[in-house]
Amino acid sequence: MPTLTLVQAVNDALKTAMRRDPTVIHFGEDVGPKGGVFLASDGLTKEFGKARNFDTPLSEDGIIGTAIGMAMNGLKPVAEIQFQDFIFPAFDQIVSEAAKLRYRSGGQYTAPMVIRTPYGGGIRGGLYHSQSGEAYFCHTPGLKVVVPSTPEDAKGLLLASIEDPDPVLFLEPKALYRQVKGEVPEGFYTTPLSTLRTVRTGKDVTVFCYGAMVPVCSKAAEQAAEKGIDCLIVDLRTLLPLDEEGVLEAARQTGRVVIVHEAPRFCGFGAEISAMIAENIIEYMEAPVARVTGFDTPFPNTLEHHYMPDARRVLDAIEHVAKF
Amino acid sequence: MRASRWPTVDLAPDGGPWDGMIPHSMPTHSESSQAVASRSATPSPEVQRSLLVDMLRVRCVDQRMLKLQRAGRIGFVGTALGLEAALVGAGRALEPRDWLWSGLREGGAALARGMPLADYIAQMYCNANDTAKGRQMCNHFQHKGTNYPSWSSVIGTQVPHGVGAAYATKLRGGGEVHSIHFGDGATSSNGFHSGLNLAAVWKVPAVFVCVDNGWAISVPSSAQTAAAGFAAKAEAYGIPGVTLDGNDVLAVLGGVSAAVARARRGEGPTLVVLKTYRMLGHSSSDDPTKYRDQAEVDAWAKRDPVELFEALLLSQGVLQAGERAAMEARLFAELDLEIHTQEAAPPMALRTLVEDVYADVPRHLRQQYNRFITVAERLGHAQKGDGAFPL
Ligand SMILES: Cc1ncc(C[n+]2csc(CCOP(=O)(O)OP(=O)(O)O)c2C)c(N)n1
Ligand SMILES: [Mg+2]
Repeated sequence: MPTLTLVQAVNDALKTAMRRDPTVIHFGEDVGPKGGVFLASDGLTKEFGKARNFDTPLSEDGIIGTAIGMAMNGLKPVAEIQFQDFIFPAFDQIVSEAAKLRYRSGGQYTAPMVIRTPYGGGIRGGLYHSQSGEAYFCHTPGLKVVVPSTPEDAKGLLLASIEDPDPVLFLEPKALYRQVKGEVPEGFYTTPLSTLRTVRTGKDVTVFCYGAMVPVCSKAAEQAAEKGIDCLIVDLRTLLPLDEEGVLEAARQTGRVVIVHEAPRFCGFGAEISAMIAENIIEYMEAPVARVTGFDTPFPNTLEHHYMPDARRVLDAIEHVAKF
Repeated sequence: MRASRWPTVDLAPDGGPWDGMIPHSMPTHSESSQAVASRSATPSPEVQRSLLVDMLRVRCVDQRMLKLQRAGRIGFVGTALGLEAALVGAGRALEPRDWLWSGLREGGAALARGMPLADYIAQMYCNANDTAKGRQMCNHFQHKGTNYPSWSSVIGTQVPHGVGAAYATKLRGGGEVHSIHFGDGATSSNGFHSGLNLAAVWKVPAVFVCVDNGWAISVPSSAQTAAAGFAAKAEAYGIPGVTLDGNDVLAVLGGVSAAVARARRGEGPTLVVLKTYRMLGHSSSDDPTKYRDQAEVDAWAKRDPVELFEALLLSQGVLQAGERAAMEARLFAELDLEIHTQEAAPPMALRTLVEDVYADVPRHLRQQYNRFITVAERLGHAQKGDGAFPL
């Protein structure tokens, strides 16, 4: 099996999908000859031509709006938004149109499409090249929201997203694009959406995380192990629809839960998990749920390393719930 | 079978707007361009020399910033190499009371209008002297003193802001004009359409300055629009549109001045397209050789705006041989002194993490910060002044 970085795995997934299904097309800003600003679409124009991988004018609203129309008429569009921060001109098309088309048409019309976009901090990108906007989209019924954290999952989940009959927002942790490497199976395979991945088994504390926070939590768990705290780490990988049963089961196993995300805390994804635990399994809990998140502020620039949860802050929370 | 229904469809007709290989042509001096430019008088020799100094400053600053970026002292640079005439000409067409709404490469125009070099360099360092408190990425300048507002990285959003501000000017009876800059790429954004449309309907004192530098990262202008040029878009909004030679600083100054005067007379907005060329990559993170032809770059290098203007001034005796070098030496001396000062400035205080989100720091943010600073202090990350907020 070849060893790939996460961004190479995305590239591999796109090539695999486009080779096996000629209706799959990929487009966005600078995805053509340049191959995307992170090189996720490197070589696609060369192999598939500019009718199937192409640059668009600078219009996110246009990119997503036309992707919906393409999907309604037999194509399988994979649209790239260059940075998740620039998705908001297309917010209307995503939440009012793509996400509601099936429902409002009684299932007569659908928009099976994928929106790929790099998200998250860690590259000194300041306010507009760093955000984690998953919560806006998880509040949108009709949409699926997927966040891989390993190369193998990036490929398998992207292929599953392309196969999926509904619109999928595929959030790629740009901080991990070249930071993580791993073996990736060749050819076509899918990793089912709405399934969790157990990163590490443990009996004392359950840590829920996704995307770029997964390696941070793994590091914190190693440090916790040295202090005699055994962590179970769960990579959520699909945020919507979430495998709720799996989440509750993992929480019940230890009765102590830490939830970690880069996005701001208030109304963040962690709030949903916390509520789910409170509503369903409060009697199994040994400690209050702890959240480690970004501050409730815009994303900073020079101080980003203080804003983003790091292993030290996660370890603090792990110790807190373990001792409670 | 589904697959067979989709043979190799060619969605991109030959020569269509998707054909990225159409070279970014030199400006043709359209009638309108010449007419607009010739209506204004040639500036005095002193003004012409100061225009050259302003253009050289942009170039010297870019040179130093690239060097600092390569040395890892600053994070990122988007240069204006090749755009000096467009930025300086358009910036100098304004009065101090006018506003300049930045696209993304307008730092040189701001300097020409009086933004202090110290502010520029501090912003590149994102240090404690940065008026934006180190919160923005490099190259995101602002300067309240010269009416140069803060802008976001989100392309096109500033266009309606400038229009709204121009409406406010009109309503309040101020005489200032709002010059709204954006690139060729931005003409495809929602903000371009809503901004031009509303400005035209409201007949506000605004000038739209489209710096058509041939490229929006890797997408050529020919793939951005199927129109013959961006100025043609003006007609649909019911306003005049002109194309100027963006590498000719006097043409830019004259043309933008005419549009500014028109706006000030209450005759409404004009779209001015400055045809020029982005000589380097989009930014320090971009490799333009992947997507563009060196021949195109070479052709534009022959029309370097600084060389053109220097040659003109030499031929007219406004400038003497060797003077450019002396000007550059002075600029570099000034620049290096400032770089030295900003290198030594401390980073932003940790408290700025939660300040300016609202007018006051609300209780929940004070709590979040206090919890954070307790740990930071324990680990020795905090500095003087980083202490907890009163709750
Ligand atoms: C809404 C939005 N989409 C995408 C981007 C990423 N991006 C930054 S600059 C740029 C190209 C801008 O081109 P142009 O308007 O011609 O300005 P230039 O860089 O040439 O000065 C793109 C696509 C962005 N900043 N904002
Ligand atoms: Mg441009």
